[in-house]
Amino acid sequence: MATSVAATAPKIRVVGLTKSFGDRRVLEGIDLDIMSGESLVVVGGSGAGKTVFLKHLIGLLEPDSGHVVVDGVDLSQASPAQALELRKRFGMSFQEGALFDSMTVFDNIAFPIRRHTSRSPAEVAERVRECLATVRLEGVERKHPAELSGGMKRRVGFARAIALEPEILLFDEPTTGLDPINTAAIAKVINRLGAREGVTSVTITHDMTLALRIADRVAMLRAGRIIALDSAQRFAATADPYVRAFLEGEVPVDEEEAL
Amino acid sequence: MVAIARGLERLGRLALRGFEDLGRLFSITGEFVLWAPRRPFDVREWFKQMVRVGFDSIPVVFLTCMFTGMVLALQTYKGFERFNAAGYVASVVALSLTRELAPVLTGLMVAGRVGSSMAAELGTMRVTEQIDALQAMATQPVHYLVVPRVGAGVLMLPILTLVGDAVGILGGWLVSVGMFGANSFVYWQRTYQFLEVNDVTSGLIKAACFGLILSVTGCAKGFHTTGGAEGVGRATTSAVVLGCLYILLSDFFLTKLLF
Repeated sequence: MATSVAATAPKIRVVGLTKSFGDRRVLEGIDLDIMSGESLVVVGGSGAGKTVFLKHLIGLLEPDSGHVVVDGVDLSQASPAQALELRKRFGMSFQEGALFDSMTVFDNIAFPIRRHTSRSPAEVAERVRECLATVRLEGVERKHPAELSGGMKRRVGFARAIALEPEILLFDEPTTGLDPINTAAIAKVINRLGAREGVTSVTITHDMTLALRIADRVAMLRAGRIIALDSAQRFAATADPYVRAFLEGEVPVDEEEAL
Repeated sequence: MVAIARGLERLGRLALRGFEDLGRLFSITGEFVLWAPRRPFDVREWFKQMVRVGFDSIPVVFLTCMFTGMVLALQTYKGFERFNAAGYVASVVALSLTRELAPVLTGLMVAGRVGSSMAAELGTMRVTEQIDALQAMATQPVHYLVVPRVGAGVLMLPILTLVGDAVGILGGWLVSVGMFGANSFVYWQRTYQFLEVNDVTSGLIKAACFGLILSVTGCAKGFHTTGGAEGVGRATTSAVVLGCLYILLSDFFLTKLLF
């Protein structure tokens, strides 16, 4: 469990967010305030729009309507330079790692450090080693992403996301395909990072164990809407049939007929 | 009636897609101009691309222009001999190579070699979220990926063309002197006699434009790739086909302009 939610202005404010790809409506109007310092977990089935939602938070996708406001700056109205400046406060890990396959693991993790700080090569190397140790990897610095397993890629991607110790962390399925020990290690890292002053994190997962381990609040996304949003304890005790089905890994009653 | 309407609709959609493609080319070119002078300069990335576009293309350009020069000498000798003008083969070879053939053939060959690989590389980066990851790390993808590639195209094509000019003229010399027993001294004299500086420079300006066209086409196709591995394949093919097409179309207008 991370720190208590500080009662301050929201770090990220999402207002009436909708998004379609072609004829497919993915987000159907999302309103959500993400508080400074909290750890929010977004759960939901495959195709519920979780990744699309997360990409809006950092401005990788532009909303069809609605706004995403980070620290008072509306992403859709920010100039390119402003948006770039704002993104320096973010760290994001992607579902499949999204490692640069032309670079070694070392250069991948060093990329944001070299680009945005003026640390010496020795300091960069030190930080890369630290980041790799956090995700329980060593001796892979010289390897290229193509030589790593899916789970290892994901962990390197995670290490790259935290390299600059950003204020806002976005994790897209950080533990999918990881064994229980590595999952626990990732959960521990997320909790430890969240314990630092003012670090906000948004994690997407469909692993409920992980969700309850790291979340201050849990939001459930279904068909492009948030259908439940509560503190982790109350979320776990909810009576909503769909959420219960999700928690317990069963087919929801209203979908059973289709099977 | 319905069939006609449907046919028109399809035609309209095709035209729209064509314009969209063209619009993307201009927008990428515009962004290139905007971002090229900005810091930081990725010296390593620039160098890598210049080697890829320039140095690695030398063998292809060498062979292409060598044989073109040889064929040119062969063909014109046959024709010119009929009205006792065989002595002017050298002038024809030099003029047609520098003004037209070396830049166009170099452009086409490099479009096949490099334009396609740019589309494939950026396309793969797009579908594996590496471009998103770049953006998430507060790095403008156009700045980091497109600027060095297009820059290398614009700078390297004239140099390759210069190599092509020299090698092609040498090829003509080989055939004239080796096969038809022409006087070597006279051949060189005839080469210089009618060749003006403007012939060479106009060819080099053309080459720079072709370099811009082929690299922008490759980058734009890669950048806007959708649809996984199949999409990357499509992007690669159309980068080559459209790149070559645009080179040939623009060649006419450039020639008219530089005449």
